[in-house]
Amino acid sequence: MCGIVGLYLKNKKYNKDLGKFLTGMMNNMSTRGPDSAGFAIYSTERKKKYKYSICYNKNNIKEIKKNLSKEIKDAKIKIISDHFVLETSLKPVKVISIIKSYNNLNLVGYGSSIEIFKQVGNPRDVVNNFSLKNFSGTHAIGHTRMATESAITTDGSHPYSTGEDECLVHNGSLSNHNNLRRTLKKKGIEIKSQNDTEVAAGYISNGLSNKKSLKETLIDGLKDLDGFYTFISGTKNGLAIVRDEIACKPAVVAETKDYVAIASEFQAMAHLPNVNKAKIFEPEPGLVYSWGK
Amino acid sequence: MIKLNLKKDSLRKVNELLQNLDQKSNDRSFKIINPDGNHAICAGLKDEMDVTIEGHVGYYCAGMNMKADVIVNGNVGTGVAENMMSGSVHVKGNASQSAGATAHGGTLIVDGDTSSRCGISMKGIDIIVKGSVGHMSAFMAQSGNLVICGDAGDALGDSIYEAKIFMKGEPKSLGADCEKKNMNKKDQDLLKSLLKKANIDENQLTHFKMYGSARKLYNFNIDNVSEY
Repeated sequence: MCGIVGLYLKNKKYNKDLGKFLTGMMNNMSTRGPDSAGFAIYSTERKKKYKYSICYNKNNIKEIKKNLSKEIKDAKIKIISDHFVLETSLKPVKVISIIKSYNNLNLVGYGSSIEIFKQVGNPRDVVNNFSLKNFSGTHAIGHTRMATESAITTDGSHPYSTGEDECLVHNGSLSNHNNLRRTLKKKGIEIKSQNDTEVAAGYISNGLSNKKSLKETLIDGLKDLDGFYTFISGTKNGLAIVRDEIACKPAVVAETKDYVAIASEFQAMAHLPNVNKAKIFEPEPGLVYSWGK
Repeated sequence: MIKLNLKKDSLRKVNELLQNLDQKSNDRSFKIINPDGNHAICAGLKDEMDVTIEGHVGYYCAGMNMKADVIVNGNVGTGVAENMMSGSVHVKGNASQSAGATAHGGTLIVDGDTSSRCGISMKGIDIIVKGSVGHMSAFMAQSGNLVICGDAGDALGDSIYEAKIFMKGEPKSLGADCEKKNMNKKDQDLLKSLLKKANIDENQLTHFKMYGSARKLYNFNIDNVSEY
């Protein structure tokens, strides 16, 4: 089953409420996916700064912090539950190799705008653990998982990020992910888990690195990704949604002058301001919809 | 009119009240407020009553309905009036997938559009959609009538049995074994009565075309093997 949500704010006055709105959306989708949850928050970039969202599991964070600060001079570390966000001006290639040298750390995602958090457990507990309601930003994506294709672990949780400021959540399952994983690995895309969605995220990264837009990449995906899916994908510029041509997996969009909300079911967005006056529609099968700056 | 507020009362409590009306009661008019996209509102009603729902509703609204008349002033999710036996459901907004699925009787009116699989496996219901319907509508429809004032998506009436489809617009494509039929006087009278049910101008009648089963897939035929 799984629940997916996305929220793109058109009106800056709601930026401070982004986390609060997304909390309600994810709580209401916990019935569709009680196994694990995760979310990605995009906020305004800070010049020449990169943020690395890292899961440290149950390891000694004090020691990790001490060691990392030695290797990365301007490192700022913000600890939230079993994750921390490392902010530095050091280039990604260097930082990623440093993080990889710690075998107790998992890089969940990185970029100039994105922060990603994911955890095993009921979505209501997960969003509480990460204090999602306190986050502000411009747009966000969330996922509540009912596991089908791979184990209930943080690695198997969404959103998946396989490139700078990218992320993907998925309701459905893919049937050609093993083949596609091999092809993408040959092209140099790093895929860590056995999960099908991470392969789709890698597919998007590959498209974007070939200078295609998110929309163009998702249109290509309609012929290359075999299976059933509703995807919500984010970049630092905005969000996109696509459903496969059979469209078994639900999605509903509510658009007002202030925001665009996307969810598996309307009840996820029933608490949003003026939603009853919103233009509400279901994305057509096989069509890509995107919003952004 | 009895007002039921889903912000105050639980969905289970509201549904139980409506499902177990005192047979002698004359209070048979209800208004449900704050539905907030909840699922299965008014599912399993079995007595004569009027229920109006103010707002957007989730899945399986008025499913298995018998005798009750339900109006939704908003959109509905998947499977509105699924397996309805009698009575009526009137959606003033849009409906999601599988509207009126497998329903045996009664009338479903949708003022807006429905998405895919409208009337899938319908078994006697009358469905009148004032807008358009999505792909695979009337798939394996066995009996009853589907009136579409707009257009239809791909594979309309795929593997249809004896249900009738009346449509003003055009299908993106017809499904296997579904074909355009000539309308006789009896069909026209039937359509007229259906349009009347939904308060649609009778003069629109001439703009409709009828579709039904070509009956080529009823018995196994090796020439049709790719269609099964």
